[in-house]
Amino acid sequence: MSDTVRPPSLSTFPRLLLHHAQARPGHPATREKYLGIWQTWAWSQVAEEVRAMACGLAEMGFKRGDNLAIIGDNRPRLYWAMYAAQCLGGVPVPLYQDAIASEMVFVLQDAGIKFAIVEDQEQVDKLLENKAQCPELAHILYDDPRGLRHYNQPFLHGLDEVQEMGRIHNRNHPDFLDAEIEKGRPEDVAVMLYTSGTTGKPKGVCLTHAAFIAAARSGCDFDRLGPDDNILSYLPMAWVGDHLFSFAQATYAGFTINCPESGDTVMTDMREIGPSYYFAPPRVFENLLTQVMIRMEDAGALKRKMFHTFMEVARRCGAEILDGKAVSGTDRLLYALGNLFVYGPLRNVLGMSRIRVAYTAGAAIGPDLFRFYRSIGVNLKQLYGSTETCAAVCLQPDGQIKLDTVGPPVPGVEVKIDDNGEVLVRGEVMLKEYYKRPDATAEVIDAEGYFHTGDAGFFDEDGHLKIIDRAKDVGKLANGAMFAPNYIENKLKFFPHIKEAVCFGHDRDQVCAFINIDMGAVGNWAERRNIAYSGYTDLAQKAEVYELIRDCVEQANAELAHDAMLSDSQVHRFLILHKELDPDDDELTRTRKVRRGFIAEKYGVLIDALYSGKASQFIETEVKFEDGRKGKVSADLRIMEAKTFPTGAAKKAA
Amino acid sequence: MSEGRQIGEVILDLKNISLRFGGVKALTDISFDVREHEIRAIIGPNGAGKSSMLNVINGVYRPQEGDIVFRGKHHRDMDTYAAAKAGIARTFQNIALFKGMTVLDNIMTGRNLKMKSNFLLDAIYWGPAQREEIAHRRKVEEIIDFLEIQHIRKTPVGRLPYGLQKRVELGRALAAEPSILLLDEPMAGMNVEEKQDMCRFVLDVNDQLGTTIVLIEHDMGVVMDISDRVVVLDYGKKIADGTPDEVRNNQDVIDAYLGVAH
Repeated sequence: MSDTVRPPSLSTFPRLLLHHAQARPGHPATREKYLGIWQTWAWSQVAEEVRAMACGLAEMGFKRGDNLAIIGDNRPRLYWAMYAAQCLGGVPVPLYQDAIASEMVFVLQDAGIKFAIVEDQEQVDKLLENKAQCPELAHILYDDPRGLRHYNQPFLHGLDEVQEMGRIHNRNHPDFLDAEIEKGRPEDVAVMLYTSGTTGKPKGVCLTHAAFIAAARSGCDFDRLGPDDNILSYLPMAWVGDHLFSFAQATYAGFTINCPESGDTVMTDMREIGPSYYFAPPRVFENLLTQVMIRMEDAGALKRKMFHTFMEVARRCGAEILDGKAVSGTDRLLYALGNLFVYGPLRNVLGMSRIRVAYTAGAAIGPDLFRFYRSIGVNLKQLYGSTETCAAVCLQPDGQIKLDTVGPPVPGVEVKIDDNGEVLVRGEVMLKEYYKRPDATAEVIDAEGYFHTGDAGFFDEDGHLKIIDRAKDVGKLANGAMFAPNYIENKLKFFPHIKEAVCFGHDRDQVCAFINIDMGAVGNWAERRNIAYSGYTDLAQKAEVYELIRDCVEQANAELAHDAMLSDSQVHRFLILHKELDPDDDELTRTRKVRRGFIAEKYGVLIDALYSGKASQFIETEVKFEDGRKGKVSADLRIMEAKTFPTGAAKKAA
Repeated sequence: MSEGRQIGEVILDLKNISLRFGGVKALTDISFDVREHEIRAIIGPNGAGKSSMLNVINGVYRPQEGDIVFRGKHHRDMDTYAAAKAGIARTFQNIALFKGMTVLDNIMTGRNLKMKSNFLLDAIYWGPAQREEIAHRRKVEEIIDFLEIQHIRKTPVGRLPYGLQKRVELGRALAAEPSILLLDEPMAGMNVEEKQDMCRFVLDVNDQLGTTIVLIEHDMGVVMDISDRVVVLDYGKKIADGTPDEVRNNQDVIDAYLGVAH
């Protein structure tokens, strides 16, 4: 693959873009489904669009060192805006598009945003709301003019206008942009990604061209990604994962990114595109599996029987066949049959027929969930990384997949385990600094240049890294046994009926848990049993639902009992929350990680009730709607005991 | 960029309309007009004759007395086909979609009157027929994009929740590219969020496509918020006509319909 070897001069993303525009001008770079039809832009066209946008921005006064806010769903022009900013020596700052207006203020102020490129009216409205608090914000550029006809603010411009202006500028100064691109250095900051802020205010992580290109290179070489690969770009652009896969790696290897029509059409679009390369956080894989399981329950008896029979075969030998391990001839034959009747069609329904490599990261994935995808022939692997390390620290090599590790460190990255068990990382992919936060930077990068990840883990005998939990979340039960809440929660969350779980136990003698039911799965389950309910709160408090969840908790307990280290962490009591945990209410981060401390504080009265042995507890909670308005939900929550098992005793609970 | 819609001349004038079913007087001597590009609401208690009024406008009912002037032409009564051809489209109080057909196909039926190629060419999907289908499909896709229903494009309508079905019905009416759109309780039975969405779509249709809208609605918040003028019916008679503010403060309307806080 001489084609993927890059001359050393291609050390920034704009230079890579120009390289592709010359080396493969007609090769598709970006696709977007519009009016029901996939529209394609080749690399040469993308380069032209970027040129027009960059020149337009320059004309409006965007300068080297300026930060450009980018807010919206995955749209081609928003990806191109990143190149445009980088061409001019500016820094793109993607923001989470579903954040409410007031959450954006901090980032806009912190990054000193003067220019923002946004998707549509919704985002324009949010910025207008924040305009008073962000006096520096001088220009708002929008992609989709719909609904904006009557907005006559002078600082509001359509991207079309700006690009038109840029084309004229480019005709008058044809050498301007190339000279600007030449000025770009690999050690310049390429992008600023704000951490989701599990604790405290978000911090802007400054990542250089060199770092992200190193991260992209190691990933592309590792999995032999080339120009002919395809990826579906549907995850928030502000997330490091999307930036690595849909921007950095796509620009490095020259493969095609595909933007779905809207957030609701991702499943359909995925089937139509049939990506060869796929990335999703565990919850997406979880949702897909839940949907499959729900639909299988609705299927006819014959199909259901066939599905379960062959899934049993897959469970037994599917992952081993994918790994190229020795499997008996009978199993091989059965698997081939299953592939014909079940796995193949199933992969097709999921849009995974053509997948060569799929990754998951962002949170620990349930082992059973992981094994499910591998067993039906999807080469799903795990990687480990964080925003501060361009999401590229460890990758699992083909054929050496373990369920509970994230693989060995990638070449060029050094990983060390600190005395307290924390994972330390050093290498090219590290952040340059936190924006305007030397104090925070000094906190995470030590004198030897190691970045402190905040994750607790260790290396196994094969040199694969195993992550247990966030270092600060790992606690101790009152009797001194280790308490890793994430580990227990992930076990619970694997059950399709449980969407979210929060465990408590640090310094306590027992572990107790909050449960969020999965509305789709439990709703379907209830309908099947003719259980009437009016909504989430009502359904969550049904006695039958409590029984259902208790079964799940007890099964999880039985599994925990196997492991001597974790047996004490069995869940003794639990309750089902009356509302779904929601990023809008600050209970989850935008990447849907549980904000433990905040929840413990907000629902303190419930935790007290769990540990005081009460049978129920009344609670009233404020909820925020998407438009920022507030409402209240209240309920009398039941509390239930779950059976626990002696260590190593229980084989199978159900 | 244009400065938005401008309310124009009267395009539909209803004069002294009376409609009887045997001995039941559904409408008695009702007159009102609709101006180009405006949003005109018809309100009133149940059985006031609101839906009958819409049915008179697009020719489903033939009034015994009265005169309908549409774009300068006098009609004793309207004829449904002629009304549709002249650019009057509507949605129904009880959704009237083809339940077994997909959203796309349902909206496509709204293009029916615009189709020109003949049956034989259509049957073999060749030449002009194919080109025409593609052109119509594009129009339909624009409507799908406008109403943000891409995710249900290929879903049979019967499987959709009520709020979305209403949206599809609006889509079908829009597919005819009407100059007047009659909406019979477009927001009935919807939750707050669905209502807000629907309001936005109605306003967008009116604003961006310049479509004149005649709307029956019970949600007073919605009516007062989005309409330019309101006509109030009670027992088949007109009791008030004017801007939302005028109507809100009209004593007859308060007595008959709005009620007072006790």
